[in-house]
Amino acid sequence: MNDLSATGDGALGPLETDAIVVGAGPAGLFAVFELGLLDLQAQLVDILDRPGGQCTELYPEKPIYDIPGLPIVNAQELVDRLLEQIAPFKPVFHLGEMASALKKLADGRWKLSTNTGKEIIAPVILIAAGGGSFVPKRPPIPGIDAYEGKSVFYAVRKMEQFYGKDILIAGGGDSALDWTLNLAPIAKSLTLVHHRDGFRAAQHSVNQMRELVEAGKIDFQIASVKALHGDNGMLESVTLAGSDKIERQKEAEILLPFFGLTMKLGPIADFGLNLNENLIPVDTEKFETATPGIFAIGDINTYPGKLKLILSAFHEAALMSQAAFHICRPDEKLRFQYTTTSSTLHKKLGVK
Amino acid sequence: MKIVTIDREGKTHAVEGNDDWTVMEALRDSGLPIAAECGGACACATCHVYVEEGWLEKLPPQLDEEIDMLDMALEVQPNSRLSCQIICSDEMDGIKVTLAPE
Repeated sequence: MNDLSATGDGALGPLETDAIVVGAGPAGLFAVFELGLLDLQAQLVDILDRPGGQCTELYPEKPIYDIPGLPIVNAQELVDRLLEQIAPFKPVFHLGEMASALKKLADGRWKLSTNTGKEIIAPVILIAAGGGSFVPKRPPIPGIDAYEGKSVFYAVRKMEQFYGKDILIAGGGDSALDWTLNLAPIAKSLTLVHHRDGFRAAQHSVNQMRELVEAGKIDFQIASVKALHGDNGMLESVTLAGSDKIERQKEAEILLPFFGLTMKLGPIADFGLNLNENLIPVDTEKFETATPGIFAIGDINTYPGKLKLILSAFHEAALMSQAAFHICRPDEKLRFQYTTTSSTLHKKLGVK
Repeated sequence: MKIVTIDREGKTHAVEGNDDWTVMEALRDSGLPIAAECGGACACATCHVYVEEGWLEKLPPQLDEEIDMLDMALEVQPNSRLSCQIICSDEMDGIKVTLAPE
């Protein structure tokens, strides 16, 4: 019999699991562990291309001193340890994907769609999205939105589309320098624009860039982009202003701004969760939102006395999991056990 | 001490800054819209402010870390600073800052 209801991942149909976790930062990762102890399987969706959230994206090298039992741990090391801790539960990661829509199904479960068209179905949704989705910082240039996706790009997907173009790259970090070096050979002209004659990027990239400037192959301007000019989203030139405030025009068909990432709430705002100043109100017994079956933990939730600490998220994950169990396994009795003594938990954790 | 803060609409606020707090913490505590996504780790450039001439020279010099991080800020000017790197003290009383665009 043909399964005509199959959608999403080709012939396989939508993915099914116990809990869909939106956000793979420390809160989401530890939730996998707490859910796993109760035999609940989890799938995680995160817009970044690797787990870790803010810890990995913003401050991987920074030491954290308030994780119980770890007097000092670097943010990336904490993420690595969490990944090791949850490995026995074989979590499924959907990385580089944004949770874009949530729909309640007739059977009471939820269907989450991602921006790549993937669909996942589960009785429990856990929002552990921190400050929201990491998205590229957008320069405050008037009217830039009309050019985005046509001649202004925040990432390079296909290099070929820039072949033979007048390209202007703005920024001074590794992305700006790497793409300057990569695109210089195929561009008609390439201009790097940065606010100072110094760079956050790796020194060897900076050296290579300076060699290209000296050889007359690219142009470097100490300035910032003030205005865009063109029709129908197709860039023709930009106005640059130096620190002397003197403005000048520069021909450019493509602008690539690279100023890193910032957090925006994104589609979660449309999930119907009664947001309060971009935070999701929850109770402190189950960390459930006003919508049954949807939970929120970590920096994205709010309740009286909330502290935005990783350790708070861990506590929230444990209590949330208890409530999630009753939704996922309504006919089963929850057995509360300690990892120190329970042989069934040891088996799940792969303890020999 | 007071931090005279001009928000993105041009409105002026007298923000109380406690000793040893960072200017970012004082601005955030007062409810002004400052993202400060990394929480003061000098790792995100979303607490960017412009410091009024006259005050800029009185501040301790920037660490390399802050200069580098400002490369990830938008609309950087010669008087740009990350407010998580400015410490409140009596000598700073009356410092004037303007929130940079988001």
